[in-house]
Amino acid sequence: MKKFLRTIFLVDLLQGLWVTFRNQHPKHIYTEQYPAERPKVAERYRGAPRLNINPDNGETLCIACNLCALACPENLIVVTSERNEQTRRKELTEFTYDTSRCMFCGLCEDACPVDALELTQDFELATYTRDGLIWDRQLLEEGPKPTPYRF
Amino acid sequence: MGPQHPSTHGVLRVILKLDGEKVIGTECVIGYLHRGVEKIAENRTYTMFAPYVDRMDYIAAISNGLGYCLAVEKLLKVEAPPRAQVVRVILTELNRIASHLFWLGTHALDIGAITPLFYTLREREEILKIFEDYCGARLTTHAFRIGGLQYEVHDGLERQVKDFCDYIVPKIDEYEELLTNNRIWVERLKGVGILTADECKQFGVTGPVLRAAGVQWDLRKAQPYSGYEKYDFDVPIAHGADTYDRYVVRMLEMRQCVRILRQAVEGIPEGPILAKVGKVIKPAAGEAYVSIEAPKGELGYFIVSDGSTQPYRLRVRPPSLINLQALDRMVRGGLVADVVAIIGTLDIVLGEVDR
Repeated sequence: MKKFLRTIFLVDLLQGLWVTFRNQHPKHIYTEQYPAERPKVAERYRGAPRLNINPDNGETLCIACNLCALACPENLIVVTSERNEQTRRKELTEFTYDTSRCMFCGLCEDACPVDALELTQDFELATYTRDGLIWDRQLLEEGPKPTPYRF
Repeated sequence: MGPQHPSTHGVLRVILKLDGEKVIGTECVIGYLHRGVEKIAENRTYTMFAPYVDRMDYIAAISNGLGYCLAVEKLLKVEAPPRAQVVRVILTELNRIASHLFWLGTHALDIGAITPLFYTLREREEILKIFEDYCGARLTTHAFRIGGLQYEVHDGLERQVKDFCDYIVPKIDEYEELLTNNRIWVERLKGVGILTADECKQFGVTGPVLRAAGVQWDLRKAQPYSGYEKYDFDVPIAHGADTYDRYVVRMLEMRQCVRILRQAVEGIPEGPILAKVGKVIKPAAGEAYVSIEAPKGELGYFIVSDGSTQPYRLRVRPPSLINLQALDRMVRGGLVADVVAIIGTLDIVLGEVDR
């Protein structure tokens, strides 16, 4: 009898509908207004790569040891260097990073012994051309410049 | 049916032989997402290959990483330090909840209940936030390294996990309120896609599908790894062996995950997080097979080493592929409308089926 009444009055369906209504409350809004409000990503977020420079003298921290290029599973980092005859040290000349093949696994930043290469919190990496995805040393040091949107 | 069908959870093509509404035969066409992961492994060092395993079962990337790391650790004959093991358990269990939540949402969507999808993805977001805070990525996490962990636990992980445990339990009750007694849900799922325990064993089906057939088999209990023997939890089973019981088993499993999580965050031991494995991983010649209980079933890694820095052969035993073999048996004789429900209940991820 009880089961019959529950069936007649659609108790099971109304129960579910009540859950839906409870979730209608405006404090349950989870949508992020993305381009208008940039989300705050985690501190350890693995996004756009950056080649850090020494803030005191503007020189690169990279010692051109090539460890990141060896650690990369996709072989997308190319480091070229030349020996400075006066100081007898290897100096970085060119650093190419192909973000189109990068899977942001973070192995290159783990391998870096001087914290020069770092994956940063920038996540807007889209460009209009394929060539734009291949980052040279200048771009890596400056970081990406995402378009600011105005509403 | 497929490959571009919203209910095949990816790019699965099923050729159905029909007699009116009745299915009298099926043939699965897979391989649309084949990337040759096992071959890639032969050309990468052990460390380099770790991010690729995340791309197989991308819903439960952390479980994949755990299985791979355990297999290489077995080859190297090292064990992760206790602190690393506990953190591994926490992240893997969070990932299991995330995987089941995602399964519940998409499965309900296939059946026609759209509401749960929004709620489950909202809760999954909380888990992904924890992953993002811990290792910097949400989906393809690459959280574990061979020998332990790369990242030290971030401040507030314990707090986050405890808050999440308190948050998720009422939410699971809410899903049950929506679905468990709902007559549409029950009538759509009861008695559909029956796969008995004997058939499960014949096909090698594992995971919640096997447990819903009444077999108490969970590798976390049967062959404990990563310190699972220290936690007190039950292996939920059901006896109906149908689609509804698989739903029930997965819901209960999520509650058990919360139980494990509560115990694990209470006692994260201090100590190192990475065992001494050296910068270049070069195991001695030999072979190792390690299987773990992934959210979808038994996930196994078989690695043959020839003593170099690269695996000689790496074979993955993906739960999704093996479970998919049973599709034909389950849909045969049923109605064509139930095919979608049965594909959903197997909880396959095509990235893992095709590799």
